[in-house]
Amino acid sequence: MKETNSPRNWWLRGGRVIDPAHDRDERADVWIVDGRIAAIRPVEEARRGGPGGASAGAISDNEDGGGRSGHEAGSAGDEELRAALGAAVGTLAGLQTLDADGLLVLPGLVDMHVHLREPGQERKETIATGARAALAGGFTSVACMPNTEPALDNAAAIRFVRERAAAARAARVYPIGAITKGRRGEELAPVGEMVEAGAVAISDDGNPVADAALLRHALEYSLRFGIPVIEHCDDPTLSAGGVMNEGPTALRLGLRGIPAAGEVSCVFRDCLLAELAGTGARLHIAHVSTAGAVEVLRWARSRGIQVTAEVTPHHLLLTEEAVASSGYDPDTKVNPPLRTEADRRALLAALREGLIDCIASDHAPHMSEEKNVEYDLAPFGIVGLETTLGLVVTDLIAPGLLTWSDAVWRLAAAPARVLGLPGGAGTLGPGAVADVVLVDPEAEWVVEPGTFYSRGRNTPFRGRELKGQVIYAFVGGELRFDRTRGGFLT
Amino acid sequence: MPFQRKDLLGLEDLTRSEIEEILDTARPMLEVFSRPVKKYPTLRGRIMVNLFYEPSTRTRTSFELAAKALSADVVNIAVSTSSVTKGESLADTAHTLEALGADWIVLRHSSSGAPAWLARRVRAGVINAGDGSHEHPTQGLLDLFTLRQRKGRIEGLRVGIVGDVLHSRVARSDIWGLTKLGAQVVLIGPPTLVPPGIERILDKNPVHAAEPPITVAYDLKEVLPVLDAVVVLRLQLERQKRGLFPSVEEYSRLYRLDSERLREWGAKPDLVVMHPGPANLGLEISEELANSDRSAIREQVRNGVAVRMAVLYLLAGGTVTG
Repeated sequence: MKETNSPRNWWLRGGRVIDPAHDRDERADVWIVDGRIAAIRPVEEARRGGPGGASAGAISDNEDGGGRSGHEAGSAGDEELRAALGAAVGTLAGLQTLDADGLLVLPGLVDMHVHLREPGQERKETIATGARAALAGGFTSVACMPNTEPALDNAAAIRFVRERAAAARAARVYPIGAITKGRRGEELAPVGEMVEAGAVAISDDGNPVADAALLRHALEYSLRFGIPVIEHCDDPTLSAGGVMNEGPTALRLGLRGIPAAGEVSCVFRDCLLAELAGTGARLHIAHVSTAGAVEVLRWARSRGIQVTAEVTPHHLLLTEEAVASSGYDPDTKVNPPLRTEADRRALLAALREGLIDCIASDHAPHMSEEKNVEYDLAPFGIVGLETTLGLVVTDLIAPGLLTWSDAVWRLAAAPARVLGLPGGAGTLGPGAVADVVLVDPEAEWVVEPGTFYSRGRNTPFRGRELKGQVIYAFVGGELRFDRTRGGFLT
Repeated sequence: MPFQRKDLLGLEDLTRSEIEEILDTARPMLEVFSRPVKKYPTLRGRIMVNLFYEPSTRTRTSFELAAKALSADVVNIAVSTSSVTKGESLADTAHTLEALGADWIVLRHSSSGAPAWLARRVRAGVINAGDGSHEHPTQGLLDLFTLRQRKGRIEGLRVGIVGDVLHSRVARSDIWGLTKLGAQVVLIGPPTLVPPGIERILDKNPVHAAEPPITVAYDLKEVLPVLDAVVVLRLQLERQKRGLFPSVEEYSRLYRLDSERLREWGAKPDLVVMHPGPANLGLEISEELANSDRSAIREQVRNGVAVRMAVLYLLAGGTVTG
């Protein structure tokens, strides 16, 4: 990735730094040197004179003129900073300060489940537009699913995604390779070659691997590479023709149902296959949507089966009633479908107790011309990259369902860990790659899909008033998104 | 209270008094329609478009006659499924019709919810003429009207609905209409077509009745003696291919109605038999029963025009006395 020409040395002053991976939630200064986190010092300590001996007076000299960005550190502070940061800093000539007072300083968020549609469906989304939507939404890393046209099932396709992503210079994009060739569920795709080219996981997302023996082999084979196998759990014979959750609401609306049993039985089968595959096999369940699947996960964990799971904001916040109350709005049509209130509560409880590890958006953009049709003719999917953080802040953190630390863990460190992302992604430890987002937790905004960076406008949260907005986003120490200056700088 | 709606999307949305207002309005309409000169100037200069995405001669003709009896201009558009796949969208078509001056779009569509979806996107009134497996409100209304005509009341009646309840829009409209007006509904058929839990569709929209407003029975013979009326649904033969019942023969053995069976199984002598049509004669109902005195099928067809006149009249802003 070419990221030169932009100064990558920063002093982020006085924000509330939340890094659950290091048990940190306090006001602190963060120094970024050469694109990595060089030091973090609590504000009191930094002002008093940190471990390296920075004197409060010298640093406060810069405070008044600090502004929000773009100011050179005064030379008066050079000696002290150099001491505070150790040998990492050769020269501080390029160090810029950014006043983070009133902002949250978070590790760049990680969305481990997005659909970027390129190659093949560029009218829905491209890697560039998706990567920009991600960064504007606080995600410095995303993992994109391979259900493109053609599918990402070989090294060349994986390299293509990485090259496009590098050129976009927005969020990092980590490709997920297909489990089977062409996602046809018949033969294993060349996993080794894809991992070598940069794939971080494999998945046939959109479909489960129906052939149990084949999935077992995929779990076993991937052991060699230490990557997770991500399953979209469903039973296609039960869900065929279905467009919403099966139950009284679907009966009332006259819509064909997708029973919860299909997901639950598939999660159960997959957990058993992970156990068969043996220690080290890593199964990850995408977009868990049912209370039954939560119970199976609990059982699997109690047996020591290595399985992780994610949940989407829409499954945490909406139910099947949205289909009725919206007047059959296809923006409520998603796979797996919005379920019942009992399911929603079970998912929320599982997320809170850590049984579900991650929040992922399952960002699934479609053209409005495709979505703006009769319910059963519309494609499945909801966009989420630009609404996830606001929804989590407004509907989970503000009402006290999750602490900021819990939320950041589930949106950053946990998915980074599941995917085994390099460079300390999802954390702010010293030496970690400086993927950092600064969030104004009080900023109020309204979901207006027309203003999205994504090409997809398909969201059932249209018109929602949300709190919490990304103001700055750094990738590898480079300030790429600055809302105070109109958005993207790259 | 004047009827104040832009659209008629389903009986689930209507209050009991709105339903009764339509039924009361339909009575004088039936008289108008029974005169030698079947014209009333109420809707002169207004345009009603029949936009049918599924073939249906009966419903389309009934709406057309109703509109014409009220002097409205009628345009019929039959959209073949092929032009849908060509990318001609429903919204686009509806906007075109609106631009051409349509006051009402009468929509028949295979997708459940298409009328509700469209109603939010056009200024014209949308009348649901049957959407997927969801509702067929004017059929429900004409069933209520016919039943009231025959029995003098709806309240307290026990009405069986026999057949493919799962996929039937007629069944849903009947369920809403009958329960809102105080009848008890018994859903009868094999469990694959009368799915467990269907009585819970009322959960979100409870009706206030002493008895459970909906019960389910799998055995027609057992429940037949308590029924005051029965609505026989048309069996879609393609359901068999999906494994929902083993054969037409077996379905017929378990659920067909004929006069002999009604006698043997102890049906009430004044049991009213209805069918939304078109019937598979000999399959779900015998031709002989369909043509018997018990059958209200012919009245249903005639009442259909009156009910649709009433709907158009009320949507146009008329009141019973006005």
